[in-house]
Amino acid sequence: MGISISEIKRVAKGIRRRVLEHTIRNNGGYLSQACSSAEILSALYLRIMNLGPVESPIVPLPFSGVPGPDNPDYSTGAMFNGPQAPHLDRFFLSPSQYSLVLYATLIETGRMHPDGLEQFNRDGSTVEMIGGEHSPGMEVMSGSLGQGLSQAAGIAMARRLKGETGRVWVFMSDGEFQIGQTWEAIQTISFYKLDNIGIYVDVNGYQCDGEVSKVMNIEPIKERLESFGAGVFRVDGHNIDELIAPAKLQLDGKPIVVLCYTIPYQGIGILKEMSPKFHYIRFKDDKEKRRYKEFLRVLR
Amino acid sequence: MEILSKVHAKNLVTWSKDKPEILVLSADLTSSTEIDLFRNTYPDRFISFGVAEQNMMSFAGGLAREGFFPFVHTFAVFIYRRAYDQIAMSIAYPNLPVRMFGFLPGVTTPGGATHQAIEDISLMRSLPNMTVLECGDVTEVESVLDVAHAVNGPVYIRMLRGDIPRLFDPSSPMVLGKPRLISRGNDITMLTSGICTEEAMRVTPTLKGLGVSIHHLHISTLKPFNDPAVIEAVSNNRYGVITMENHSIIGGLGSTVAEVMAEIGSSGRLVRLGLRDTFMHGASRNYLIKEYGIDAMALVREIEKLMDTRFNISEELQKEDSVTIQNSNKEEAL
Repeated sequence: MGISISEIKRVAKGIRRRVLEHTIRNNGGYLSQACSSAEILSALYLRIMNLGPVESPIVPLPFSGVPGPDNPDYSTGAMFNGPQAPHLDRFFLSPSQYSLVLYATLIETGRMHPDGLEQFNRDGSTVEMIGGEHSPGMEVMSGSLGQGLSQAAGIAMARRLKGETGRVWVFMSDGEFQIGQTWEAIQTISFYKLDNIGIYVDVNGYQCDGEVSKVMNIEPIKERLESFGAGVFRVDGHNIDELIAPAKLQLDGKPIVVLCYTIPYQGIGILKEMSPKFHYIRFKDDKEKRRYKEFLRVLR
Repeated sequence: MEILSKVHAKNLVTWSKDKPEILVLSADLTSSTEIDLFRNTYPDRFISFGVAEQNMMSFAGGLAREGFFPFVHTFAVFIYRRAYDQIAMSIAYPNLPVRMFGFLPGVTTPGGATHQAIEDISLMRSLPNMTVLECGDVTEVESVLDVAHAVNGPVYIRMLRGDIPRLFDPSSPMVLGKPRLISRGNDITMLTSGICTEEAMRVTPTLKGLGVSIHHLHISTLKPFNDPAVIEAVSNNRYGVITMENHSIIGGLGSTVAEVMAEIGSSGRLVRLGLRDTFMHGASRNYLIKEYGIDAMALVREIEKLMDTRFNISEELQKEDSVTIQNSNKEEAL
C-alpha cells in the first residue's frame, strides 16, 4: 500500500508551511495555490504516481542556457521526478504559476534539497517563479496556459506507440478550462483513447481576476468533460482517500479527470480575508505580515 | 519544361518507408496537403487532429520529446497564424525536431486573404532555433525531406503541391544554407525564392540576349542565411540588387538581404519586390503576381529603373506552362 495517509497529510502541511514561510520572507507569493493543492500534490507524489526514487535530495543547478543545437549539455528538471523508464510514470505541471508549490512538494518528499528554495526567483537560477522546463520537477514549457495537456498527450501517445506501460499524470488548474486548446486536447485524448493519461484539476474556484464563476464560467465542468468522452470524478480535494481512489481504478479506454474541489485558504484560515484576490498574495502592511508570522508559528 | 504532379505525395511514402519514427500529422487537409497516400500506406503512422492546430502543434512537441519526428502538414497560413505561441513554446524553445510543411503560401492558394500566408517567413525566421526552407521546384520538393531531417531542431518548410515545374537538375538537390547559382553576371544581382524563381527565369534569357549581365541566386534556405556566396553576390554588381518573393517585403527574403547588406556596410542599391505591406484578396495566381508586382514584367521594370534604360520587352513572357499550372491548381479542392 505504500505511504500512509498520515504521512501524506504531514507532507501537505509541510507544503503549506514552506510556501507560507517563503511568502512572508519575500513579502509575496502564490500562497493560496499551496492551500488548495497541498493534498493533491502530496497524494500524487506519495501514492498516486509510480515515480522512480531520487537517491538524495538534489540541489538545483544554475541555469545552463536555453536549449538549442549548440547547447548539448542542457537538461530539463525531470531528474527531480526520478529516472525515466518504460514502466515508470511521468508528471507534468501544467500551470507553472504553481511552481513554488511544486518546489515545496519536492522538498517535503525528499527530492529537492531545502536550500533549493533559497534560489527561488534569483537571477541565474532555475528555481524560477513561473518555472520553465529546466525548473525542478518540470520537463515541458507550460507557463503559457493550456499547452501542458497537449504536450503531455503527445508524450502519452508516443509512450503507447513504444509499448511503455508507465502512466502520464497532469496537474491542471480550473482556469485552464476556459482555454480552447484544453478542449482540443481533451477531444484528442478521448478520440485516441489515451487512457494512460490521468488529469488532476485543482478546482479552487479562483483565478487572477477573482472568482472563476464571475470571470468566465466553466461549470458544469464534470458534464462538459463527460460529454467530451472523459471519465470524470468529483472529489473533495483535501480528502486523501477521495483523491487516491480514482487512480486505482482499472483503465477502460477513457482518460480520467479528477476534479478536486478545493478551498483557496484551506489550512491557513486568515487567508480568507483576501477574498477574492487569491491569485498572488501580498501583505498590505507590517501588521498583516505579523499576523501571518504568528500563524506560521502555529503551523510549525 | 517538365511538369510533374503530386511529387510530395509519392516522395514522402517512398522516403519514409524504412523510417518508423516518422509520423505524419494532419489538420483536416489530408488530400489538400498530399498526405492521403501516406495515410493509406502507413495508417499507423498517420495522426488526424481535425481543425485544431494549437493542440496539434503542442502534441507534436510531446511526440518529438519521445524520439518521434512529427511531420506536420497543413496550409502555411494555419501553421503560424493559428498556433504561433504553441510553436514558440512547445516546439521552438525546446529545439524539437518537428517538421512543419506549409502548403499554398502567398499567391499560390486559390483561397482568399484568410488562406494567404504572406508574413510566415517573417514570423518563423524570428523564432530562435527555427530553420526556414522554401521549395522552388520538383527537385527541391524531392530533396527537402533529407535537408529538413538532417536539422537538429524544428524546421518550417514552404511547400509546393499539385503540378510543379522541374527547374533544377535532379542530380543537384537542395542543400541547407546554400543558394543555388542560376546564372553568373555583374550588372544586376538577383535573389529570388519559391515560385518567384520560376517567374524570374522567364525573363532572364531575354535580358541576357539584350546584353544585361545577371547574377541570379535561388534561395531555398531563408534561415540560416549566412552563406559567403550571398555576401559576394550583393557586393559585386554594377547597378544594384533585386529580391523577389511571394511574401511581404517586411521580414522575408528582401529584409534578410537588407540585413546582410547593412551589416557588411554595402552602399549598393537594393530593390525589394514582394507584397508592399498589403493584404491581398482571392484571385488566380497569374492575376495576383501581376497585380502585386511579383511577376517577370515587374522585374523587367525594376531592372530598367536601376540601369536607367528601356528594353521594350512585351508582356508575352507568360508562358503556357504557367497557365497550365494555374488551371490545374484551381481545380484542386482546398
